Amino acid sequence: MITVKNVYKSFDGRLVLEDINATFEKGKTNLIIGQSGSGKTVLLKCIVGLHDVDSGAIYYNDTRFDNLNFNDKKKIRQKIGMLFQGSALFDSATVEENVMFPLDMFTSMTYEEKLERVNFCLKRVNIINSNHLYPAEISGGMKKRVAIARAIALNPEFLFCDEPNSGFDPKTAVVIDQLIKEITEEFNITTIINTHDMNSVMGIGDKVIFIHNGKKWWEGTKDNILDSDNKELNDFVFSTELTRKIKGL
Amino acid sequence: MKLLSAIDMFGEYILLLKKVFSKPEKRRVYYQQTIKEIDKLGLQSIGIVTIISVFMGAVITLQTAYNMENPFIPNYLIGLGTRDSMLLEFSSTIIGLILAGKVGSNIASEIGTMKVTEQIDALEIMGINSASFLILPKIIATVLFNPFLTVLSMIVGIVGGWLVGVFTGVVSTQEYIDGVQYAFIPFYITYALIKTVVFAFLITTISAFYGYRVQGGSLEVGRASTQAVVMSSIFILLFNLILTQLLLS
Ligand SMILES: Nc1ncnc2c1ncn2[C@@H]1O[C@H](COP(=O)(O)OP(=O)(O)OP(=O)(O)O)[C@@H](O)[C@H]1O
Ligand SMILES: [Mg+2]
Repeated sequence: MITVKNVYKSFDGRLVLEDINATFEKGKTNLIIGQSGSGKTVLLKCIVGLHDVDSGAIYYNDTRFDNLNFNDKKKIRQKIGMLFQGSALFDSATVEENVMFPLDMFTSMTYEEKLERVNFCLKRVNIINSNHLYPAEISGGMKKRVAIARAIALNPEFLFCDEPNSGFDPKTAVVIDQLIKEITEEFNITTIINTHDMNSVMGIGDKVIFIHNGKKWWEGTKDNILDSDNKELNDFVFSTELTRKIKGL
Repeated sequence: MKLLSAIDMFGEYILLLKKVFSKPEKRRVYYQQTIKEIDKLGLQSIGIVTIISVFMGAVITLQTAYNMENPFIPNYLIGLGTRDSMLLEFSSTIIGLILAGKVGSNIASEIGTMKVTEQIDALEIMGINSASFLILPKIIATVLFNPFLTVLSMIVGIVGGWLVGVFTGVVSTQEYIDGVQYAFIPFYITYALIKTVVFAFLITTISAFYGYRVQGGSLEVGRASTQAVVMSSIFILLFNLILTQLLLS
């Protein structure tokens, strides 16, 4: 479980996050949704410690994370997997080397053990026979899946995904969403996903937090998001012609 | 204002170096990285260093020969002139400037690209000191290997001078070899190697610094790469002056 308490964050005096409070549950896909520029990425980066918060606190289970030093953070970070918006695979390494990298750095496994783990993770994301290709040689959707394999290589307790399916066709987007959801449940991971895609929300929104102008505006699940009377949330949810028609607006 | 931002940048540079020279986490992985960098930054520069040195040695020989109209000046001075030009200035400083262009832009664009595509964030998330992991192997590789390039350049340059001298008939083999051996000061080689090591450190750290601070996209990566080459070159020339005063006066 991850808890965010009274988090504030500004850049050059401009407030981007204002008094965010939230809990993200274990074994569930927790979604952070909101318009472009609302502060989703900044919130995610604050939670993982790529940005320092101005004030407030971040807890991983019961451990306060934000005020730890680099070495103590490192211990928690080895339980974190993160999926970046652009996959962030290492260009100069093959698919296999990318997934093996965290194992090289943080385990004393033999090469055979590592290879077995790599192949297990790659198989889990349905990448086979591509071990020796470079990131430039595979498609965007495959890159995402390899990045998921890398993120789960060390059996993480926490998984973060920044817009995992943006830029993909609807079918591929659903495949990636479902993969993340299955992995979350299978390995009982606390997963936080940034998205502005309503299909994702309706597909995997175990818990949904809506950020508007840097504030938490609404929270709930995919089941009650359509019935909310929160105006800004409705503007966001029913922004397309299709959804408006369904709602009868 | 300009001065202030220059001081700021220098502070940032020092902070980065501090991060670079902290204790490596997995020695074996660092060792492998260093071997890769020696190949990429060192071995792959042998071609350009050889070509440039052989031509420069040849040109220096011809220029010296054609400037010595006076028949009372002995011909062996041609060999001596080529040797001292190569040893004192060409094989360290000019090769340093060439490498600033080749290696410097390579380092800045590689690290800059990793920065804008979140590969550096991916390393940090895993709990890896990205500055140390990416930059230290490059520093070790160039500081260890560039002296070999300098020695290679000296040898190839002197041979180039001999070849063109004999081919055009401006000097005989015997005269040239006599000149190369005449009044030889071994310290010149030490002086060149000290300069080479300092230049290697400057090129690598300055270029890595510009790469590491890139923000934005590919446009900024290109700009950083240009800045890296310009600043490395300026500092090479500055330290050439300082070291010459310190070592030869
Ligand atoms: N490093 C930074 N420095 C200054 N301002 C920043 C920085 N990162 C983000 N911001 C600002 O914070 C605000 C929120 O940005 P953020 O990237 O979190 O949006 P987002 O909700 O993730 O949007 P998108 O859906 O487009 O990814 C934006 O106004 C952005 O300009
Ligand atoms: Mg974002």
